[in-house]
Amino acid sequence: MAVLVSNKVTKRFGGLEALAKIDLEVKEHAIHSIIGPNGAGKTTFFNCVTGFYTSEEGEIFLEKRNITGLSPDRVTRLGISRTYQNIRLFKNMTVVENILVGMHPHLKSGLIGGILHDPRTMREEVDAVEEAKRLLQFVGLKGKGDLMAKNLPYGQQRRLEIARALASKPKLLLLDEPTAGMNPSETQEMVHFIRQLRDELGITILLIEHQMRVVMSISELITVLDFGQKIAEGNPAEIQKNTRVIEAYLGRGAASGLGQAAATA
Amino acid sequence: MLRTWRQRITFSDIVVWAIGLAIAFMVIYGTIATLRLGKYTSATWLDLIITGLALGGIYALIALGYTLVYGILRMINFAHSEVFMAGPFTAAFLADALVKLGIWNRYPLLSLVLVLALAAAISSGIAFLLERIAYRPLRTAPRLVPLITAIGASFFLQYTFRGLYGSGLKGFPTLEVLKGYWTLGTIHILKTQAVVILGALAMMLILYGIVQYTKFGKAMRSVSEDKETAALMGIDVDRTISVTFILGGASAGVAGILYVILFPVAHFFMGFIPGIKAFTAAVLGGIGNVPGAFLGGLILGVLESVGPSLFLDGMGIPAPYQLKDVIAFIILVFILIFRPSGILGERMAQAKA
Amino acid sequence: MSTNTSALWKQAIRAGLIGGAIVMLLALVGVIGTFKDRDIISGWISMGHVLFLAPMLLFAYNAARHVESPSKAGILLVGAISGLMSALVTAILPLFGQVVNLRAMFANASPDLYKMLTFGQGIPLGVIILLLVGFVMGGLGASLLLLPIRLRKALSQAVVWVILAGLLRELIVVVISRWGIVAYLIRWMFAQNGLAPVGAIAIFVIIGALTFWQSGRKRPAPRDLPPQQKQKRTLVTLGGAGIILIILPLVLGVYFSEILDTVGLYILMGLGLNIVVGFAGLLDLGYVAFFAIGAYTVGILTSPELGLFHLTYWQALPFAVVVAVLAGVVLGLPVLKMRGDYLAIVTLGFGEIIRILALSDWLKPWLGGSQGIQQIAHPWIGSLEIRNQTQLYYLILVAIAIAGFIAWRLKDSHLGRSWMAVREDEDVAQAMGINLVTTKLLAFASGAFFAGLSGTIFATKLTAAYPHSFSLFVSINALCLIIIGGMGSIPGVVVGSLVLMGSPELLREFAEYRYLVYGALLVVMMLMKPEGLWPEARRRLELHEENELVPLEEPQPVLNDPGQ
Repeated sequence: MAVLVSNKVTKRFGGLEALAKIDLEVKEHAIHSIIGPNGAGKTTFFNCVTGFYTSEEGEIFLEKRNITGLSPDRVTRLGISRTYQNIRLFKNMTVVENILVGMHPHLKSGLIGGILHDPRTMREEVDAVEEAKRLLQFVGLKGKGDLMAKNLPYGQQRRLEIARALASKPKLLLLDEPTAGMNPSETQEMVHFIRQLRDELGITILLIEHQMRVVMSISELITVLDFGQKIAEGNPAEIQKNTRVIEAYLGRGAASGLGQAAATA
Repeated sequence: MLRTWRQRITFSDIVVWAIGLAIAFMVIYGTIATLRLGKYTSATWLDLIITGLALGGIYALIALGYTLVYGILRMINFAHSEVFMAGPFTAAFLADALVKLGIWNRYPLLSLVLVLALAAAISSGIAFLLERIAYRPLRTAPRLVPLITAIGASFFLQYTFRGLYGSGLKGFPTLEVLKGYWTLGTIHILKTQAVVILGALAMMLILYGIVQYTKFGKAMRSVSEDKETAALMGIDVDRTISVTFILGGASAGVAGILYVILFPVAHFFMGFIPGIKAFTAAVLGGIGNVPGAFLGGLILGVLESVGPSLFLDGMGIPAPYQLKDVIAFIILVFILIFRPSGILGERMAQAKA
Repeated sequence: MSTNTSALWKQAIRAGLIGGAIVMLLALVGVIGTFKDRDIISGWISMGHVLFLAPMLLFAYNAARHVESPSKAGILLVGAISGLMSALVTAILPLFGQVVNLRAMFANASPDLYKMLTFGQGIPLGVIILLLVGFVMGGLGASLLLLPIRLRKALSQAVVWVILAGLLRELIVVVISRWGIVAYLIRWMFAQNGLAPVGAIAIFVIIGALTFWQSGRKRPAPRDLPPQQKQKRTLVTLGGAGIILIILPLVLGVYFSEILDTVGLYILMGLGLNIVVGFAGLLDLGYVAFFAIGAYTVGILTSPELGLFHLTYWQALPFAVVVAVLAGVVLGLPVLKMRGDYLAIVTLGFGEIIRILALSDWLKPWLGGSQGIQQIAHPWIGSLEIRNQTQLYYLILVAIAIAGFIAWRLKDSHLGRSWMAVREDEDVAQAMGINLVTTKLLAFASGAFFAGLSGTIFATKLTAAYPHSFSLFVSINALCLIIIGGMGSIPGVVVGSLVLMGSPELLREFAEYRYLVYGALLVVMMLMKPEGLWPEARRRLELHEENELVPLEEPQPVLNDPGQ
């Protein structure tokens, strides 16, 4: 069963066609990667899925429900969560508070509850903080709850962002370059972690990645974009041998020379 | 476009649209009613339009400062209204001295030039200092911080000048040569108004020329587009920004002199309302866009001049001129809600003003 | 070595020039002249002198601070040169003023001013003295660097307290005069104008010694205490503050109750604006609109003048507050999608529109035009009519307690977090599932609630509502006090209001230059301490964290943390 289906999604900015009739299907419980050279439209696609952009043409479905053009808050409440390429945490809030904000779709108390501290509100807060702490432990940030988000080192900030995205209990998690800026051992951990997300929490994962090692090792399905168009789709083995893909990254004529190298990567 | 509306239109959007339509309807109704009343002759309308053009020219020159700074720093220079005030307020003293020396009326052109030069110099000097002291250190700060600094600077400058020159109204001497009317057929135009309109037009042409055709102008435009790339191309970004402020300041200083030619009184608070209106003009025309600032200024000036009589009188509102400023504010709100990129501006990425 | 010395010279000269320019500015703007008559130490030093000499000293200190050569003579020389330069620049005024009549342009360039700047000795003797004084002041400023830190702190604290005591002489004397015995003990410290020299020395010594002693002890920082103790501490502080607040008007007397009323109303407004600006990050410059709406609604509903309604204050209050809240929503709707800068100007426009409408002839039958509405009712509690300052004070105190409680509760609530998320990064907040429309409107509505409430009390205090009371300045006052107190910080609002709203009332001279000081403070604050004077605890927490290394964690089963 498909968790996410994009049907001929097209996005234009003025005269530039950033996405051209993209068809994509993310299967439930899959780890699905989107790759492509810079400017291929990967983040734009994410933005269309989450509702930050509205596509000019085409439709997007979340488990059969048409979510095209819905506002980002509605999309999140329906079960999609994301992280950002350049880490957008709430810098002047604490780690725990960041996660609590992520839990927003599940927290019901409002103005009155906030002022009166009625039992239901208090219970909700207490439970929420506990849940947040559990999430912190899950991502390896145990005990750091009261630190300011902006004071965390880079790697921990990435993990916090993922924890925040998990807080809304999404069905689909969009990860935008989760290993950016990481050294090989951190990258290994992240790969392991992403697998764990899928295995233990049952979340479907769609990720944008640049590091080929990562992509090839964890993806079940890879979609390749170039200049807004889908140029290939398949499992890691197929993609590695695909000439169009190689050319997109390395230029025309590279395919012949590097075909072998890619195959052994 | 339709799909955006279908899914994302919220209750608040509907309410806002409803209020907007109601206001638009009232304006049209008022206009028709006034015209039907026949209370105003075409001569009166022409008078109002000319007044509006004169005022609009002044707004246009002040608006240039806002639009240039916004283009290059993406911030509203709140203190620009005080940049506007500083020039004429200081030049008023020079004018007094010239009167005492007997030069003022004997050599009006020379006097005007001197006074314009001083005003432009003072205004650009204040603008330059403002950028160096208050804005430059905060270029990377979160957006609320430079905004608050600008507000603080605005008040600081207002009250500094109040302290320096006094809290009273400082009369600006009138030129004998500019007293009275010129007549073209059936059109009467105050000499002062004519000078202001011509002066503003001349200044607009000069400034447009500078921005479009000189090296500085090119540097300004490229820094507006992309600061980092401009720096990589070898442009001295800091200096370009300083020049931008100086240019905007000079423009405001000239506008200030034109202003006191029309309304021969200077005081420390004189920049506040014209500042807001000039900002409205800049937004109306398309913020960041130089011809837009000019166009916006002229349109706003005319609308403000003609508006109370045209829109409001017909609705039976007594003393409609009291609500003159309200017209400007409502235009501002309208533009920012319904077309934030202004008349000549490009659509900004997410249509978020 | 020669380049080093020339760099030093340049620095000293530069600092001196700026310092001198500031003194000149202060002189021409009239601040020095105005404060000339307020003595700090009676007969010796006036506040005017302080303002005249302090910049020289401070800039010399600053120049010396950046000096790299550690030689004592070098540091002193740099300071002295800087001071000399400042004096040189300042001397331009009296020298120039001799030749040219500056007074035609600068109202404050009076012979009195020149006299002061030349220490009464005229040209050329006075100028020479001025240069010498500058030299010495500069040297003194630099010499501060040579003192051990404890001594330096003690000295500066002592000087500040002496100045404060001198400035607030009236407040102190009037207040303690009511308390016989205490008065006797303290009275001798003060003269007719400012402190008596004996008093100044006494304060200097006492404060200096206290500070010196304090800075030597090591006390645990409040935040490091275990939570039980922390809670007890907070309760004790709050309890103590509560008691003080309740007896305050009795201690201070009627005159100061009036000032406290104004301060209190601004605290109330500040609490509301703090939610809009501090929590949600929406820079509302038209806040006065809600204040006005609260006041006018009470006016329309209770005043017999308009002949429309005749309710009591308490009956009108809920209506007024509800109308203000609705206005908050209505005025918030158009600005929902606007960015910070535009939001500020548009809300400013709204504030002005409300004022213009209140002033207009068009709406005169309902709003009273330029005369406003008079004969607004006082609130009655049983048979007691609340009409004088002291009674109003308690009403305001209750209102503040309620408002403060609400604000405090909201800050740590789910809604408060949503507001802060919107302030931090609106797009991401929306991506978290936060509905921007309702969240922002709730912020506006809450802010409007407090402003409206404050407006009703204001109206009943004046028993009238005049359009002139509702100008942009009210919004600016409120904004300044929350910015300078600390955005988003509740104690900051109280501190800000006390300092900024109280000072103009206490020091008449300050009232003249009020907005000049506000403006300068805003700029300086943003450049140096954007979190305000009393930032919220979280900000202090974060400053604390920056100075420590984050301790290493044991490896976690899920993700190994190599203790990055």
